[in-house]
Amino acid sequence: MADLAAESMLRDAAMVVGKDLRLEWRSRVTLSQILPFALLVLILFAFALDPDRRILEEATPGLFWLAVLFSMLLAIQRAYAVETTDGVIDALRLSDLDPAGIFLGKAAGIGLHLLVLEVVLFIGVTVLYGATPHGGLLVVVTMLLATAGLAAAGSLYGVLAAGLRVRDTLLPILMLPVVAPVLIAGTEAFSAAYANSSGDGWKWCGLLAAFSVLYLAIGIFAFEPLLEES
Amino acid sequence: MDAVVRFRAAVCLLGRFPALAGVDLDVAPGEIVLLQGPNGAGKTTLLRACAGLVPVTEGQADVLGVDLVADRRPVRPMVGLLGHATGLYDDLTVVENVRFWSKAGRSKRADADAALARLGLDGRLADVPVARLSAGQRRRTALAILVARRPRLWLLDEPHAALDQDGRDLVDGLMADAVAAGATVLFASHELDRAEAVAHRSVTVAGGTVNGLLAGSAQEVPVG
Amino acid sequence: MTSPSSDTGAGILRLHPDGTASRGSRILGIVVLVSVVVFLYVALVASAPDKSLDAQGQLVRIMYLHVPSAIACYTAFFVTAVASGMYLWKRTMGWDALAASSAEIGVLFVALTLLTGSIWGHTTWGTWWEWDPRLTSTALMFVLYLGYLALRRAVLDPTSRAKQSAILGIIAFVNVPIVHYSVDWWRSLHQTATVASLDPQIDGLRLFALMFGMVVAMLLYVWLMMHRFRLAFAEAALEAKGLDLALAERRAEARADGGTVPPSVKTEGAS
Repeated sequence: MADLAAESMLRDAAMVVGKDLRLEWRSRVTLSQILPFALLVLILFAFALDPDRRILEEATPGLFWLAVLFSMLLAIQRAYAVETTDGVIDALRLSDLDPAGIFLGKAAGIGLHLLVLEVVLFIGVTVLYGATPHGGLLVVVTMLLATAGLAAAGSLYGVLAAGLRVRDTLLPILMLPVVAPVLIAGTEAFSAAYANSSGDGWKWCGLLAAFSVLYLAIGIFAFEPLLEES
Repeated sequence: MDAVVRFRAAVCLLGRFPALAGVDLDVAPGEIVLLQGPNGAGKTTLLRACAGLVPVTEGQADVLGVDLVADRRPVRPMVGLLGHATGLYDDLTVVENVRFWSKAGRSKRADADAALARLGLDGRLADVPVARLSAGQRRRTALAILVARRPRLWLLDEPHAALDQDGRDLVDGLMADAVAAGATVLFASHELDRAEAVAHRSVTVAGGTVNGLLAGSAQEVPVG
Repeated sequence: MTSPSSDTGAGILRLHPDGTASRGSRILGIVVLVSVVVFLYVALVASAPDKSLDAQGQLVRIMYLHVPSAIACYTAFFVTAVASGMYLWKRTMGWDALAASSAEIGVLFVALTLLTGSIWGHTTWGTWWEWDPRLTSTALMFVLYLGYLALRRAVLDPTSRAKQSAILGIIAFVNVPIVHYSVDWWRSLHQTATVASLDPQIDGLRLFALMFGMVVAMLLYVWLMMHRFRLAFAEAALEAKGLDLALAERRAEARADGGTVPPSVKTEGAS
């Protein structure tokens, strides 16, 4: 029984993420709006901090993850904006889609968009801030684990805020304290990778993994009641 | 014969507002029942309650054997709702929307394709993004999804609205076909001439109350 | 004295018709007042100041306010989490009122904790903020629960609000240890030797003062809760009455529109 439930959950997740990717391909919102925003944030950081490249280079790990967090807010809002137009959310409730599957599908969609943003941001900080990373594996693993956590938490808080008129101002205040540990862990892991002393970095990845697993688990159970109330 | 819909003194709250303040309604299998009444009377809320989308806080409400007061979710796979909103993704095409929602509703691919043909959406409109369609064309798309679903209870909120003459005739035909295939139809409309022609029975909704018991049925005291 | 008719888990708390006070809360209020006075004497006068500091030495006494209010705010948020869980299980509005009241009072205590912590830090560091791990995670917790209160204000439907904030109330509390752990670990890697963390040096009378302070803070919390909860409870009861009125109006509208109230509906007053 549990196998069947898991299978239908994953199948529904695949349907939802496929639909979201197709929507992105048609509308190009992430590509044409969120991506430029992310790069803009990097540029604004340079204006805010002394353009002396030493400071920017030293702060790269933190600035990278800050840019990711700000772009994440837009990505989550976009992911749920498509679900709250024109009665779509009622259609989701009436359909036979497993709510846990919808949660995972939305999280996967947000996660994939975030990964694309992170790759571009990584190129951005390398070029703009002159930071040259060592420890490539640590960087990749950190990105994957942090993204999983951000996407899971984002999918959950996104649906919570989705049905509210004030969702655009409420989502940041709900999400940012929650993902502060991801910012800390991501920054520390990147710092370790950049300084080529990866020991501690892997421990921070452990924290990221625990965070992701926790939020995936919470989301699978809490998504359905939140979807009902949106 | 079990009633498809059976409400006794049902109350539905939308926030703090009692959209439905006391509904007595029976709908027998195979009936086409018209809900008529002024704006704000609660017709939409009643249809949504039957679909299991709005909680029933007091009284008795059974649809297709499901007790809506206890847990309204199991009724959803068995009903099809055509609401005022169309529930379509603007950037996807007609075919993509129908196929996605059919698959989400566990309808067969063949039924989805047949529905597209029946609603006249398999031609030049098929690959048009929904955002570029007129209101009537969007309504047809939503209808196609409902038809593909083959629900046992059809819940239509002003199905004739926004449609042209052909569209309205098509809707009447779909309702008749549904009933012939064993389904039941409950619909709200302001188009009284056309609606009364196709409906078996008419029920008035006013101020959130409905007196819709079948002639000759006993007046029962609600449970709880 | 009357108590609201609907089942809301109010238990032994009874509402006074003229306000939220009762014999119990008045007695408790006097106890709290007396304890606060005693506590202030012990904390500010009787216990010895920190010998290593001079003018600031007196100000370090602020820790007697800081640590107890920190305890109180954690208790408050724990109560919110538990009450949220109970609401999701029992679905009675009393638990929702409890959770919301506790969160509000918790936010008050967090603000107090941050303020007193900053002042205490000033005695040790000379500046108002040094990213001390505990204070930093407390600041995050502050914003976290401000978000909870913001959500409650954003949702209008009472049942929906209760359900959504119950889920948030539990998740928010789960976040607290995660935030603490990460911030602690983070600062342990970066803290320079000159920046000491806030830790009370406790012995003898000072230990007693601190313990007493915690008791006083808890009593204060309970007293505030009694009033705030009763207020929330009364608001919910008022809403229920408003509902009966709305139902009657709606049925009157039905008659005016030419419909009739169906036979199954009980007449008003029989409920």
